[in-house]
Formats: sequence, structure tokens, C-alpha cells
Amino acid sequence: MLAYRAGKPILARQFLADAERTGAALGAGGHVLNACADRYRFAVGLAAALATGKVSLLPSTRTPEVIAHLKRFAPDAVCLTDEDDCGVELPRVRFPETPAAGSSGEPALSARMPLIEARQRTAWVFTSGSTGAPVPHEKTFGNLLDCMRVEAERLGLAPGVSHAIVATVPPQHMYGFEASVLLPLASGNALTAERPFYPADICAVLAALPRPRVLVTTPIHLRALMASSLAIPDVDLVVSATAPLSGQLASEVEQRGRTRLLEIYGTTETGSIAVRRTTETAEWRLWPEVTLEPRAGGTWAHGGHVEQPARMCDVIEVLGSGRFLLHGRLADLVNIAGKRSSLGYLNHQLNSIPGVLDGAFFHCDAAGGDAAVTRVGACVVAPGLDAAAITAELRRRIDPVFLPRPLLLVASLPRTSTGKLPQEALRSLAAAQPRPANAV
Amino acid sequence: MSDNVSSLRQPAGSAGITALTRELAGLIVAALNLEVPAADIGPDTALYGEGLGLDSIDILEIALVVSKQYGVQLRADSEDNERIFASLRHLAEYVNAHRTK
Repeated sequence: MLAYRAGKPILARQFLADAERTGAALGAGGHVLNACADRYRFAVGLAAALATGKVSLLPSTRTPEVIAHLKRFAPDAVCLTDEDDCGVELPRVRFPETPAAGSSGEPALSARMPLIEARQRTAWVFTSGSTGAPVPHEKTFGNLLDCMRVEAERLGLAPGVSHAIVATVPPQHMYGFEASVLLPLASGNALTAERPFYPADICAVLAALPRPRVLVTTPIHLRALMASSLAIPDVDLVVSATAPLSGQLASEVEQRGRTRLLEIYGTTETGSIAVRRTTETAEWRLWPEVTLEPRAGGTWAHGGHVEQPARMCDVIEVLGSGRFLLHGRLADLVNIAGKRSSLGYLNHQLNSIPGVLDGAFFHCDAAGGDAAVTRVGACVVAPGLDAAAITAELRRRIDPVFLPRPLLLVASLPRTSTGKLPQEALRSLAAAQPRPANAV
Repeated sequence: MSDNVSSLRQPAGSAGITALTRELAGLIVAALNLEVPAADIGPDTALYGEGLGLDSIDILEIALVVSKQYGVQLRADSEDNERIFASLRHLAEYVNAHRTK
């Protein structure tokens, strides 16, 4: 079993036949932005690109600004899409649907398993740099597979047993790319085409699959699932990433779901590098060949499948023997629902808007309950522009999760005498602004 | 199941829908901590994109509120899903047609 759609199995030979047909449709260029929303089609597109020597492009967002950069980065890129209203401004390749089954009802057996070299460049993933252009990070086939072999073992996925893996995260996001696409393909488990969103969807997709089942998700979806009064179908393992889960929510998930919950830690640059069972310990356990090293300016990961030494986005306490603790994010980093940016990048985009004289984003105070999403706000000096015009411009440039709430128009920013702009001063300025009369 | 407004199990007149629209606006503003006053959210305001500018995290939050308050479980595979969030009035009509409390 390679995959499931609507609870029905899709066999490996079907996958190979679909990949061969899709590969032929991709044309001669060397890069594919794989925008397929259906996870099976995404996996087919990935395999098709690999087999024809093309590199998949996985940007974290598809705003016009990012696509324009991508075009400069890879002028031959096409967009593989399975949606009618794909808004990406690149030459479009429509995902070729599986032809209706013929009289035999069997897919062609002619498709062959391609051999991929370990050093083949498989994907470029992107992080937002601190100034304008997204920063590319190379992912090679061998390193991706090595990482997934460790992941399967660390998640306790018994070899020889096919787990049906359901994910609420998109296949284009590094966590979803690994845990919901590469992991099943690399470890003999099955991926699921659907991407359930609402709690009722998650329950329905799980219930349609044979056990053992795995749910790959995030604190946001788990919080919604726990807050719903739904009966959760049996699930053998829950995997969470993108933000640390509180011990309380982790316990609730394990108790109500009668399951085991493991958290994965990683970044776009490094992929997954550590795991922990949150109800048992706060300590993360690193992949055996990966090392974390405290250096000036932060903690760096290197070794094993990590392609390039990478600075981690969190304050990390290295405990030795492959264990560590997280103590919150670095001050400049913004992570909302697994989408990562930096205050530097957001400020750069804000200040690039014609008419904006000065502007700065700030982290809003954490409010709300357990695992509630904390947004960013912004103070802007822009006489002649209103908030709606600024928001519309920002929408073209940055992912919507980073749109400022609130966006406050001010006469000047609270800079210190040395020109610094403390986050606390921005928050105080925002708090002092008049609020709408009936806002709660 | 038919989702036509004509097949409401608990039919509410247009006055009922209007009241529910106002109630939902208040719930959404409170749940999402929005800056905009609830009274400023008209029945035809789009919830996604250019209207209220909500994203999928917000929609999940609204789904929670709607399930707690009205016992309505939203489903993304329902054909109505896109229509439901097209405007506040559509959401109100859907909730009105499917509410269990």
C-alpha cells in the first residue's frame, strides 16, 4: 500500500505509472514548483521530478513577491498544480489525472522504478532572509532519506507494518514534506491524499483508514480537536511539530485519544533533528549523527543529514549525550502556525511600501489559552496612507499569517536616543491607542 | 442532506438571520480579538481575504466557537465550505440550518 484516498488503497505500480505520465507532462525545464494540494498528487509530482532530473521548489508561501524572486532564481520553473484557480504566475502544468481504468481496471505495469543517486538535488526549500529575497536551502535525496530512516525508528514505526499516515499540514511545508510524504515513501508506510482541516474532518479521515494509523499535525489542530466534543477515532500515534506543545495539551491528547504523542523538532534548513515524548520529558533527543553546538550568536546544528551547518531559531540548552532543552525563540524570529519569518524581514517589506516613512513590527503579548496563536502587530508612520492600503500592499509581499494585528498608524515610532526601537516600547504604544468602542 | 435554506429544520425568518448575523459578528470579534467593532461587520463582509482578512487559523477558531455555541461541526469536504465563509450572512444561514443548540 503506497497511499490512500477516501480510505481506498493506491498501489505502488499505480504511483509509478502516474509519476511516469506526470514526468512526461513537466517539459524540459529543470525546476518544478509543486503546488498540488492533494498529497498523493504532490508525491507523484515529486517522484516525477526526481525521475526526470528536475528539482522541486518548495517556497514557504506563494505571494506575488515570492514568486517574482523564484522566477529570477529558476527562470525555467513551471508550476505543477491540481487546482483550476492556481494563482501562481508561472507557466502552468496541470496535473495529468489518472486515465479512467480500462477493461482490465489495472494500471500499466510498464512503469519502472527509477534509480536516484544519493547526491541528486531533490528540492530547494526557502526561508525568508532578513532583507527581501528568500534564502534557498538545498535538499539532496540521500540526506532526506537518511533523515527519514532515523525518523521512522524514533517514532517507533515498526518495520514491516504499514501505517496509514494522515496529516493536517501541507506537503509543501518542510515538516509536512518530511513526515507526511517522504516518511511514508521511505519507510514502507502509506500516505493519505486528504488534508483534513476541521476537527470533524480529521476524525472522518482517520476513521476511514485501517489501523495502525498515525496523525501528523500541529498544536493548533490538536487544540481545536481537543476543544471539540467529538469522539476521536483510535489513532496509534500522534506527531506534532511547528511549535512546542504544552505538557497539559499533550496529556489531554494522549488520554482522550488513547494514544502516544511524540513531538518533532526541526527547522526548514535542517529538517527534523530531534524528538520527545512530551508527557514524559521536556528533553529532546537528537538524531544520533546530528550535533548541536553553542556558538556566538546562537546554537548551530551540523552533521548527519544536515546539509549545511545551520543556526537554530531557538534559545537552546545543550545537555550532552544528544539531549537538549528549548527556552523560547530568538528575539528576531517570528513563527506563526509553522510559518517562519523574522521581524527584520517583515520590517524590510513594510518599509519598502511607497508612502511608508517608518514602520516596525512587534510581537504581541501572548494572550488567550493554551497553544493560542500569538500574532504580530505593527506601528507605521505613513501620512497619506490608511491601514487598508498598507494591508493590501503587505498582502502582496508577505504571507497572510504575518499581516499585522493591530496595524497602528502613529505620528512617530518610539525610538530611543540611540535610535533603537525596543519591542516593549512598541507594545506600550499599541496598548495606548484608542480601541474600538465595543471590541471585547 | 440538503443544505438549501428552504429545508431548514428550525426555520428562522430574515429577522432571525439578521440577529444571528449580529451575534456571530460579536463572537468572531471576541474570539479573534479583532480591532474592528462588531457593528462594523456587515452581513455581506467576506471573512477571508480582502474583507475581514481572516486566515485559516482564524477559520479554525471560528469553527470552534460555532461548534461550542451552536453544536455545528463544520466540514471542509462539504461543497458548502467555500460558500459558508464567503460572507457573514452565509455563515449565519449555514449555522441556522444546522444548529443543534
